[in-house]
Amino acid sequence: MSQKAERFVPRKKGVTLKQAYRSHKWLYIMIIPGVIYLLVFHYLPMGGLVMAFQDFSPYNGDTMLGAFFHSPFVGLAVFKKFFTGPDFIRILTNTLSISIVSLVFYFPAPILLALLLNEIKNMAFKKVTQTMVYIPHFISMVIVAALTAQLFSTTDGLVYHWLIGVFGKSHAPDIMSNPKLFVPMIVGQNMWKETGYGTIIFLAALSGVDVQLYEAAEVDGANRWQKMWHITLPAIRSTIVIMLILKVGTILNTGYEQIFLMQNSMNRTVSDVFDTYIYTKGVVNGNYSMATAAGMFKSIVCMIMVLGANKLAKLFGESGFY
Amino acid sequence: MAKTKTIKIKRSPGDQLVQAIIYFLVGAFALATLLPFVYIVAGSFATERELTERAFFVFPHTLSLNAYQYIFKTGDAVKGIINSVFVTTVGVTINMVLSATFAYPLSRPYFKGRTFFTNLVIITMLFTGGMVPTYMLVANLLHLKNSYWALWLPGAINPFNMLIIKNYFQGLPSELEEAARMDGCNDGQIFIRIILPLSKPVLASVALFYAVTHWNSYFNAMMYISDSSKEVIQIVLRRIIFLTSKVANESNFDWGAFGMPPQKAVKMATTVVATIPILCIYPFVQKYFTQGVMVGSVKG
Repeated sequence: MSQKAERFVPRKKGVTLKQAYRSHKWLYIMIIPGVIYLLVFHYLPMGGLVMAFQDFSPYNGDTMLGAFFHSPFVGLAVFKKFFTGPDFIRILTNTLSISIVSLVFYFPAPILLALLLNEIKNMAFKKVTQTMVYIPHFISMVIVAALTAQLFSTTDGLVYHWLIGVFGKSHAPDIMSNPKLFVPMIVGQNMWKETGYGTIIFLAALSGVDVQLYEAAEVDGANRWQKMWHITLPAIRSTIVIMLILKVGTILNTGYEQIFLMQNSMNRTVSDVFDTYIYTKGVVNGNYSMATAAGMFKSIVCMIMVLGANKLAKLFGESGFY
Repeated sequence: MAKTKTIKIKRSPGDQLVQAIIYFLVGAFALATLLPFVYIVAGSFATERELTERAFFVFPHTLSLNAYQYIFKTGDAVKGIINSVFVTTVGVTINMVLSATFAYPLSRPYFKGRTFFTNLVIITMLFTGGMVPTYMLVANLLHLKNSYWALWLPGAINPFNMLIIKNYFQGLPSELEEAARMDGCNDGQIFIRIILPLSKPVLASVALFYAVTHWNSYFNAMMYISDSSKEVIQIVLRRIIFLTSKVANESNFDWGAFGMPPQKAVKMATTVVATIPILCIYPFVQKYFTQGVMVGSVKG
């Protein structure tokens, strides 16, 4: 639609920026606040990445800004220390195990639910269940953590008491503090919270499918699975690819809020991920250089993953992310 | 015709079973999302004794408002909600003004420099300075610690939300704009008088997304706000849920006939109080947000 409209706009060759400004002054004025915001809160922090190459200390200068100029450059020494240090392998393993488990279980969940919802012909039932499953998306992580505690804690958890009945007192799984159950708990919370809302984008793609396709398939004797395989899935394939690219880009991004809320002394060995490490090292302990290096590593990996996945998608004939 | 009919009758029982399983699965998932809330709401109105004696219930035997009385007497949760409402209202206003004014020029094909400014946003989606430089900027350079500006400014434009608005603006018919231009409107007037009123659905849904983000945000408040009079509801909630002993130790509080603080019920009631405001706006904007999400696919 937009591309078509663009084609009819006469491309004046000689329009200088000055002329463009004169004829559309307001557009340029309108964009200023946003540009200032981007420069200050996104591009200026990118400049702060210089700390990763410095032995940075805020006391190296009179002001915080001065410290950037007076801290000695150490090349890649901080990165070397980070990669060879005792924490790197541990937080990488923890982060990747959460990401991979969630890629396997959490990513396909909304697709499956959307396919199920698509089969439901009773509109009232569909509408009610849809409204119900969207709700957890609007709930804060603190409340999810609170619900988890109220359901699974060993002192007054409702579900925990049921589990005692099933497994016996000594075998009931203590989800809140057993390190082995930390990853399933995190992924489970996410699935509970986001599966329903995640269906919206797939259902939107499915609503564009011509009903005649299904009718024609039925006349040809296609059964439920054949219709799903040949009509429904192709209709959402490009949406799945885009969502997968976005998901792959967040492979080192486990989100600090949720992990931070569910972290306790019992599960710390498995719950320290890049985001919590960066927060603890940088904001709490003031080891700015190390935390910045860790953040930069994460950011670069994310970028490579997104661009790589995007390229791969295009190679397979999908439209990709942009 | 007769042939297809016989086929249909033949596969009917199996197909009905599959249909029943589908209804069961969807229904079960919907119940699983709802039951924790039912348990919390029911529990918040129950007495402490009933909570320890009975497992799951939808209606408490004895209706008790003790937990809510406790919440409103101690005042932390009320203060948290007032602060959160303020943070959310101002925050969403800032979000919407910045996002809409940034999205509009980007949506105009005749805006020179459009690719440059779009890329300026796309780059921030792909690569960031990360938490530590941002924290130092907000806390040390701009000195915004203990100020709500620390909660409003860093996320003032969410690229995804901005692109949703931009895509919607792009999809509006250009005839209206041309007609307004004929009548002598400039770009600013067209934006305010034509584009914004036409974009209510997308603006409502994006405002909801921003509101949810502000209301639910915990980590930024924890990092930047330490002044207890400025605490937002999520901070208060987290403290009440995870520091049980604090409630129990409030010995100067008169518990009347019950003799002890309703710990479990207080946790539940606080959860309810923190959830209700966001659920209240949900039905009003629900009709908009499905529309909004559909219009704004992730593609820039």
